[in-house]
Amino acid sequence: MEGTIVNKKLVLLGDMGAGKSSLVQRFVKGNFEDYQESTIGAAFLTKTMPELGLKLEIWDTAGQERYHSLAPMYYRGAAAAVIVYDVTSPESFARAKSWVRELMRQGNQDLVMALAGNKADLAAGGDGSERKVSAEESQAYADENGLLFLETSAKTAQNVNELFTALAKKMPRAPPPQQQAANTVQLGGNASAQGRKRASGCC
Amino acid sequence: MDESYDVCVCGTGLKECILSGLLSVAGMKVLHLDRNGYYGGESASLSLSQLYEKFRPGSAPSETLGASRDWNVDLVPKFMMANGLLVKVLVHTEVTRYLEFKAVDGSYVLQKGKVHKVPANDMEALRSGLMGLFEKRRMRNYLLYVMDYNEKDPKTWKGMDLTRMPMSELYKYWGVAEDTIDFLGHAVALHSSDNYLAQPALATVKKTKLYYESVVRFEETNSPYIYPLYGLGELPQAFARLSAVYGGTYMLNQPGMTVAYDASGKACGVTSEGSTAACKFVVGDPSYFAPEKTRVSHKVVRAICFMNHPIPNTGDSHSVQIIMPQRQTGRKSDMYVFCCSYAHNVASKGKFIAFVCATVETDDPVAELRPALALLGPVEEQFFDISEVREPVNDPSADGCFITKGYDATTHFESTVVDCLELYKKITGKELDLTEKELTQQ
Ligand SMILES: Nc1nc2c(ncn2[C@@H]2O[C@H](COP(=O)(O)OP(=O)(O)OP(=O)(O)O)[C@@H](O)[C@H]2O)c(=O)[nH]1
Ligand SMILES: [Mg+2]
Repeated sequence: MEGTIVNKKLVLLGDMGAGKSSLVQRFVKGNFEDYQESTIGAAFLTKTMPELGLKLEIWDTAGQERYHSLAPMYYRGAAAAVIVYDVTSPESFARAKSWVRELMRQGNQDLVMALAGNKADLAAGGDGSERKVSAEESQAYADENGLLFLETSAKTAQNVNELFTALAKKMPRAPPPQQQAANTVQLGGNASAQGRKRASGCC
Repeated sequence: MDESYDVCVCGTGLKECILSGLLSVAGMKVLHLDRNGYYGGESASLSLSQLYEKFRPGSAPSETLGASRDWNVDLVPKFMMANGLLVKVLVHTEVTRYLEFKAVDGSYVLQKGKVHKVPANDMEALRSGLMGLFEKRRMRNYLLYVMDYNEKDPKTWKGMDLTRMPMSELYKYWGVAEDTIDFLGHAVALHSSDNYLAQPALATVKKTKLYYESVVRFEETNSPYIYPLYGLGELPQAFARLSAVYGGTYMLNQPGMTVAYDASGKACGVTSEGSTAACKFVVGDPSYFAPEKTRVSHKVVRAICFMNHPIPNTGDSHSVQIIMPQRQTGRKSDMYVFCCSYAHNVASKGKFIAFVCATVETDDPVAELRPALALLGPVEEQFFDISEVREPVNDPSADGCFITKGYDATTHFESTVVDCLELYKKITGKELDLTEKELTQQ
């Protein structure tokens, strides 16, 4: 299996405060913060899933979605998208649907999408009165649009690994066509090791 | 939007995005706005429908051009020097992780009406039709001197003081002939006119070194240039992401936005759709400020040509640059040709895009491009753009407006980044230290 780790890009979308960063944090680092700051700094995380031969490059919105100002670069080459809403907020569910439409407009046929109804812990406790979006409604919407659907909780870890693993399993294995492009150069990281090899030979 | 920020940045051109990214990293609270619904401003890469909206409003692209979204057409064509300042800033900020680059296949130069490859190494120099055998030897001696030259080691100076000696004298010392000087000065040192000949040689020696250091920066490269997949418009987007990751807020699509000034005439915010974001100072491209804060320094004319083939006589390359030194076309400044293709994800399958650009010298700018257009072969579709390059004449310490210069006709990003670094220093009072990260990497 050596050398068969493929990089795949996964993007998160969803209303502010739906729990995008918390879900990534839980999945990548295994923890949860009650007062997760609105995303700053760590919006590029990676997680290797050796059993699936995958390394996920996870892109968090970094707040650029706030005024609908995400760059095309954000979606570019993504193999998977997680659209997050908060089960206690119907507005966030409406937003999630508009993100799904937006992604479909991008026209990337190979994109695997999952809908995550987050903060399920708030709906499960006591009489569940905080729940405002029913699982049935979301499931029906997901089925209609060919999305994976799970209710998650970044707080209790419910379904978080399951969500990312299910997505990873559904991703097409072959590297995206543009990655086969010849002679791409990698800047940063190993760039200086790569360069200077022929440093002596000018004219 | 009615919040307060340290800085409002107006326009998402490359320069504004670099500054926005650097200022966010430096801990400032940034609001970044653009009147357009897309990133990149003057330096965007446009889809086919965006391009037609800009240049041919009301008319639709021909079906033979394929899907609109397959196209990313640069408005300001340039290549990146593999070892240049932009790469240093990209590496320093780790923005490289958002981008993928390809080496540009070749760099060419016009001499006596013919296109020649600029030799990238000894082998190519030997085979080159640019000069005869004896001249090759003289050029080689000159280049060995340049590559060996070290500002801090007088032994390498060979008794010459390059801080004083004019460049023309240094060429004379090595006996380099006029046609060789033409390509060394314009296609290697990348001067855009012959004015450099009278200036101290040191600057040209450094530029020549940069060229060859860029050629050897990556294995498999035969030119000093690299180019991002999906076009240059990826660069502002990548720096915008850096800014956002460090807390910058983005608002595109603000057609009515204006800079707000206080009673003393100092910029104090940006107003859009009836609400105002307050800030301590404003950064932006000239189009967001009153015309009297800037002046027109020159005009640039650019042609964008869609083709079904590579540029003739360039070895069927998918990406090339051709430099046409001023003397070869009887102009006061050089003319440049760029080409890239579907292999860079900037055009639909099978299509090539050639760009020509020059500083305007006459009343008929489009006619000035003729000698370059003649090199391209048949063209399926072409667009012309004549733009004023404005530069600031205001005093930022008085009006709080830090204004970037427009994009010149040069072939690469060195002057672009210098402008950003100078503004960064004016704003923060500090130089950006680019050496640190480079060192830890080696
Ligand atoms: N109870 C509960 N709270 C959660 C859960 N996930 C996130 N939160 C809380 O919801 C708030 C917002 O979470 P974030 O992860 O910052 O949300 P986000 O979508 O990244 O928000 P932005 O970065 O502002 O777009 C934080 O206070 C989290 O602690 C969850 O599963 N259950
Ligand atoms: Mg977040």
